[in-house]
Amino acid sequence: MRVKRGLAEMLKGGVIMDVVTPEQARIAEDAGAVAVMALERVPADIRVDGGVARMSDPEMIEGIKAVTTIPVMAKARIGHFVEAQILEALGVDYVDESEVLTPADETHHIDKFAFTVPFVCGATNLGEALRRISEGACMIRSKGEAGTGNVVEAVRHLRSILGDIRKITQADNAELFQWAKHLQAPLPLVQEIAETGKLQVPLFCAGGLATPADAALAMQLGAESVFVGSGIFKSDNPALRAKAIVEATTNYNDAAILAKVSRGLGAPMTGIGMDAINTKFAERGW
Amino acid sequence: MTTVGVLALQGAFARHFDALQRCGVDALEVRTASQLDVVDALVLPGGESTTISKLLVSNELGDPLADRLDQGMPVFGTCAGMILLASDVLDGRSDQRNFGAIDLAVRRNAYGRQVDSFEADLDIDGIAGGPYRAPGVERVGSAVEVLASVDDRPVLCSQGSVLVSSFHPELTEDDRLHQRFLTLFLDLAA
Repeated sequence: MRVKRGLAEMLKGGVIMDVVTPEQARIAEDAGAVAVMALERVPADIRVDGGVARMSDPEMIEGIKAVTTIPVMAKARIGHFVEAQILEALGVDYVDESEVLTPADETHHIDKFAFTVPFVCGATNLGEALRRISEGACMIRSKGEAGTGNVVEAVRHLRSILGDIRKITQADNAELFQWAKHLQAPLPLVQEIAETGKLQVPLFCAGGLATPADAALAMQLGAESVFVGSGIFKSDNPALRAKAIVEATTNYNDAAILAKVSRGLGAPMTGIGMDAINTKFAERGW
Repeated sequence: MTTVGVLALQGAFARHFDALQRCGVDALEVRTASQLDVVDALVLPGGESTTISKLLVSNELGDPLADRLDQGMPVFGTCAGMILLASDVLDGRSDQRNFGAIDLAVRRNAYGRQVDSFEADLDIDGIAGGPYRAPGVERVGSAVEVLASVDDRPVLCSQGSVLVSSFHPELTEDDRLHQRFLTLFLDLAA
């Protein structure tokens, strides 16, 4: 378990970027990404296209693995353990059991202990995060709302997870039983959080980040790394924006540097308001 | 009081920070040249070496770090940190900077991908800590002392005031290697 969780430690303070072609993977690595997420369509396009979103074609994943020297992640549908088996066989470094793809099982998530490859899973609140950890997830990312370019849901989810952690550290033993019931999460994990004051695995932030300031906001709120999906390759100048987001993630507490790297990046992705979307990806997962 | 910096551009710097504090020294996260100026020694953490290398440039830390290394500042590099300190990097990127502080040739990702990662006990003194997509030592310079090996491949080496490991002692609760670094180079009692 320590070995499986170790890679997430190495990815801290970094930016993981969604890429759909080897060319984009190269741009991401050149910009300083710590890892790339190989997928067929970025969430913004999945949202527009509709239909069923599935695991990427292995050929496409191998194409991206061939041109990068940094870790490669790929997405499997929630509950689709065979997609995960295929991704493990392809030698990807991380599997994202992701709500951005169309769920394959509306009751069960993947038994992640059955795999050697580590998993990252999304969560909108602490209960969801702890259920995923109890299934073997090695990294949690707050879900946000992917493909919107709108950071509001990412902030909501991050604040919910970290806020409840802070409250649990103040709870007495009797209250911890109630917390476990309220969160629908295993009591021992809740008790561990009361002792350590933090999640058992690294907590990254995803879903709607589009600017260097968004990345720094997530980091200041307490995220340990950020995922940027549509926000980079749906913007005017992906290479420049990607590099700026990398620098903002490192220097998240230095407003002078944030001001410098935020200049002249061209237009960000347009983005959409939450009242204008029909499908909330974040509601997928149980 | 001795101040030991941890290069905090990207990677597992927080774990090193905690380990140093448990060892009783004043730890400082280093992101700028002015922070580098005030530290007596520096730890280069594991992480993504290509990312850290780029951030050294954008944060204008590359040349100041090279100067401090030339002056003999004690330094401890783990994994990506080992890559940055080595004299030769194989399978790196052409724009990746390495500082040549220790006469080693290391190959990036030599142990394969994440699914090939492992944890091993070392005969040096039972220090554990697995490599994750870790660098492998391919050549050892004559001035370099090999302190531990796994399957005949060096995983812990030193030269002068430089200590490097291809594994991650910071991910265990075992601070003996940090202690050793502090005792060896900074003359601090363990």
